[in-house]
Amino acid sequence: MKIKQTAVAGTLESSDVMVTVEPGSGLELSISSSVINQYGRAIRASVLDVLERLEVQDARVTIVDRGALDCTLRARVECAVFRSGEISDKNIPWGGAVQ
Amino acid sequence: MKKPDKNRLRRTMMFLSAQKPSLIKDAYIYGSDSVILDLEDAVSENQKDSARFSLYHALKSVDYGDTERLVRINGLDTPHWQEDVRVCVAGGADGIRIAKCESARDVQIVEEAVAAAEKEFGVEEGRTLLMAALESPLGIINALEICKASPRMFGIALSGGDYRRCLHTKYYPSGNELFVARGNIVIAARAAGIQCFDTVFTDFNDMEGFRRETMLIKEMGFDGKSIVTPKQIAIVHEIFTPTAREIAEAERVVLAIRENAKKGIGIFKVDGKMLDVAFVEGAERTLALARAAGLYKGDL
Repeated sequence: MKIKQTAVAGTLESSDVMVTVEPGSGLELSISSSVINQYGRAIRASVLDVLERLEVQDARVTIVDRGALDCTLRARVECAVFRSGEISDKNIPWGGAVQ
Repeated sequence: MKKPDKNRLRRTMMFLSAQKPSLIKDAYIYGSDSVILDLEDAVSENQKDSARFSLYHALKSVDYGDTERLVRINGLDTPHWQEDVRVCVAGGADGIRIAKCESARDVQIVEEAVAAAEKEFGVEEGRTLLMAALESPLGIINALEICKASPRMFGIALSGGDYRRCLHTKYYPSGNELFVARGNIVIAARAAGIQCFDTVFTDFNDMEGFRRETMLIKEMGFDGKSIVTPKQIAIVHEIFTPTAREIAEAERVVLAIRENAKKGIGIFKVDGKMLDVAFVEGAERTLALARAAGLYKGDL
């Protein structure tokens, strides 16, 4: 999936995460989290896993974590990617590329 | 995936915004019988897409234990409901609450979309249950046809906020403004053999008012109440769960009716009260409710 424009999903509320995706060259990932020392590697692995499944190869991805569960992180990354292509409202491949 | 039970215990159905991770991640710990993950009023128009992603992962990842997982979808007059149905079915929700339902046709339109989604996502046909929220005078008038519109239907609920607005009235502590709607809902649900649920009580600080309203709807015959905060769970469960005395009395009634039936006696006395076979169903329901609540281990 090609990142066509900047898109954001999520909030800065507790237990949530704000994900921003922007057009880029290659994958560039920036993570800030109050639990970066404990979960930084896990957050990075989840984001990369989602991007791989969605076949995103070129993007700048910014993660601002507020203690989100892994399922919330995945949901927000997916939503941001689909929003960037303006295809987030219908015919989502639930159980396919989104899982 | 365990098949949902149409007749399970549903004393409390707690609304939670599907868009709020802080609410949905541990909703099971409060002990409501059902949670309703909301895609409708609790989610702003520009976050409907995000709420669906959040909902899908919550349904797939969070273990809600014995708590039933229902989803309130957006109304049929919106562009959102069809994708709402797809995500509910794909995620494995136990049931869907149809907002603003006004006719049997409304239920059948959703039923067709659910069946198509079950086929698309390889979910067992008929697994996803339905319930309808009645929010308008037309919905209340058509309550019986709505109840009987689909074999997937397990219940109907009153949505008081919109209904009061339609009636040109407002909340009164007496409940008079909802008396006819509540009565019609209970009668329609019982005639169709499904469950019925009362509307939410939104003044979080008026716990006495909440208790009074819950007593009223228990007396009217409702199966449970929609709630909006965990603070309300204990009161509803206390009122809707049989006491030890009621359980013991129900046990004596069931036993007496069975023993007297063997002797060919139709009318007799238990604890000084005249009884006949008409009392057995109520006593058995009390025991079933107590069993579902984990308070009765007997075999009657």
